[in-house]
Amino acid sequence: MIAPLDTLARRIQEAVPGARVEVVPNDSPAAQPSLLVDSAHALAIARFLRDEPSLRFDYASNVAGVDWLDSVTKTKTKVKKIVDGVEKEVEETVETKRPGYLEVVYHLYSMNLKHGPLIIRQRTGNRAELNRVASLISVWRGCEFQEREVYDLYGVVFDGHPDLRRILMWEGFKDHPMRKDYVQPDDFEYEPTPHDEVLGRAKEHYPK
Amino acid sequence: MSVEVEIPSSKTYSVLPKMGPDGGVEGEVLEVAMGPQHPSTHGVFRMDVVLDGETVVKLKPVFGYLHRNHEQIAESTSYLGSMPYTDRLDYFCSLTNNWAYALSVERLAGLQAPERAEYIRVITAELTRLVNHTCLAGFLLMDMGALGTPLMYAFREREKILDLFEALTGARMMCNYMRFGGCRVDLPAGWLEQARKIVAEFPRFLDEYENLLTTNEILLARTQNVGVLPRELAINASITGPMLRASGIDYDLRKVDKYGIYERFDFRVPLGDHGDVYDRYMIRILECRESLKILNKALADIPAGPIIDPKAKIRGFRPKAGEAYGRIEAPKGELGFYLISDGGPNPYRYHVRAPSFINLTILEDMCLGHTVADVVVILGSVDIVLGEVDR
Repeated sequence: MIAPLDTLARRIQEAVPGARVEVVPNDSPAAQPSLLVDSAHALAIARFLRDEPSLRFDYASNVAGVDWLDSVTKTKTKVKKIVDGVEKEVEETVETKRPGYLEVVYHLYSMNLKHGPLIIRQRTGNRAELNRVASLISVWRGCEFQEREVYDLYGVVFDGHPDLRRILMWEGFKDHPMRKDYVQPDDFEYEPTPHDEVLGRAKEHYPK
Repeated sequence: MSVEVEIPSSKTYSVLPKMGPDGGVEGEVLEVAMGPQHPSTHGVFRMDVVLDGETVVKLKPVFGYLHRNHEQIAESTSYLGSMPYTDRLDYFCSLTNNWAYALSVERLAGLQAPERAEYIRVITAELTRLVNHTCLAGFLLMDMGALGTPLMYAFREREKILDLFEALTGARMMCNYMRFGGCRVDLPAGWLEQARKIVAEFPRFLDEYENLLTTNEILLARTQNVGVLPRELAINASITGPMLRASGIDYDLRKVDKYGIYERFDFRVPLGDHGDVYDRYMIRILECRESLKILNKALADIPAGPIIDPKAKIRGFRPKAGEAYGRIEAPKGELGFYLISDGGPNPYRYHVRAPSFINLTILEDMCLGHTVADVVVILGSVDIVLGEVDR
């Protein structure tokens, strides 16, 4: 079996100097925690995971994109404060803002040693212009279509992918339909229906 | 073998010059769009093929014609709400799709199906495998020109199994049968006897089928050494299912993951030697025979008892925040569901790891150097269903 993830993370950092590896916990009963790796070293880490004789993760089973919107988490804490000269317990709300990002999740298994899954994740800087991560296709060919799918539906650009085109949506389609804030146009036809009411409604919905 | 030819997307049929190593024109290549309305593509699927004479020098699969953003639809409905929709992924094998989805949600929510439900799941999944593999052999033969006959033989047997599904679930193909933590309804009276009878008669059909096909001269000539998939490439390209095992890699999730109650059954994993189309055909026939072993044991051993986990909630089902990946050995390969819960009634992320989609990755590698007629056979041996490829 695979060593606990924090030991594995340390081993990766020893093997790939400068790599930033972080354990992402998973609270569900599935108990499948994952490793967050930085895109600059992702390719070297992937190569290490595949070639290291005790790991041999030769099979990239699943590649999935995830869209995390900007979010605000509110945590309530009780603080003792002096109000009008009397000490009172007052509830204070602390807001933590987390900027949104896109995430690509890889589920790795080993066909040779029959263990897994090892889950690694790459994150983009934000959801707009910093949308690049490293493509792992040169390590696992099985990522080819799946990374194209993530590019198509989420708009993550994979550096080093030799053939990054849309795969499910048609050529010339503008948006990325799996994003959480995607608004579907009312009408996909090139010539909108001539009825004013429908046309007006359609125009409201087109992405600006 | 590699020739760099840009395929203009607007043209579907054109003649382009082939560039020799010195940059000069060397004969002519022909670009053909096979599909989307081509009977051998098993649905709406297109292959942009560049031909040098009859030989394939480049092939790009194009799909998405049936894309309906299944994942987004599932993210905007409740967990249970997308259970009937999983039937439509691989519409030949709806019960295994149900199982894969139920298994992932059970991992996410910490549910456990009771004994009897696990047996029912194994029985229905193995019956589905029989349907899929025998019909695939029929379709493959149809691609080689045996119009109808093998397929109709397979459909005759499939009909008997579909009758079983109909008696159990109320539907022949869109079964919508599994639930999180068990199954929807218990077996009706007389179902097990009927199933035992069909399973007992099935080897006779397989013998008959193999008599017609396995040593057939045309089949041998058309499939041996065609579309060879090397071992290393198969692993590296995430190929799963009978295609992987035909290349000689012993990786069957029923043995590796031992999900459900598969460790109680004694069965072998057939492996191929050459990784060609013939091996892929043969693996499927052999897997049918192993499935029959499992079925015989399961139908004899099935216990009485409840069919659903009492902790499973139908209404107000909200798994704790977290994520889970569950996978099973579907007839076409590894079918996985990746789910992220944010504690709400809908999945935050719902992703399908579709085996036939990923098995198409190496279609071009297998077809290069073969003729167009072989491309049809190679595609047939991959075993794709476009409902699952396009999602």
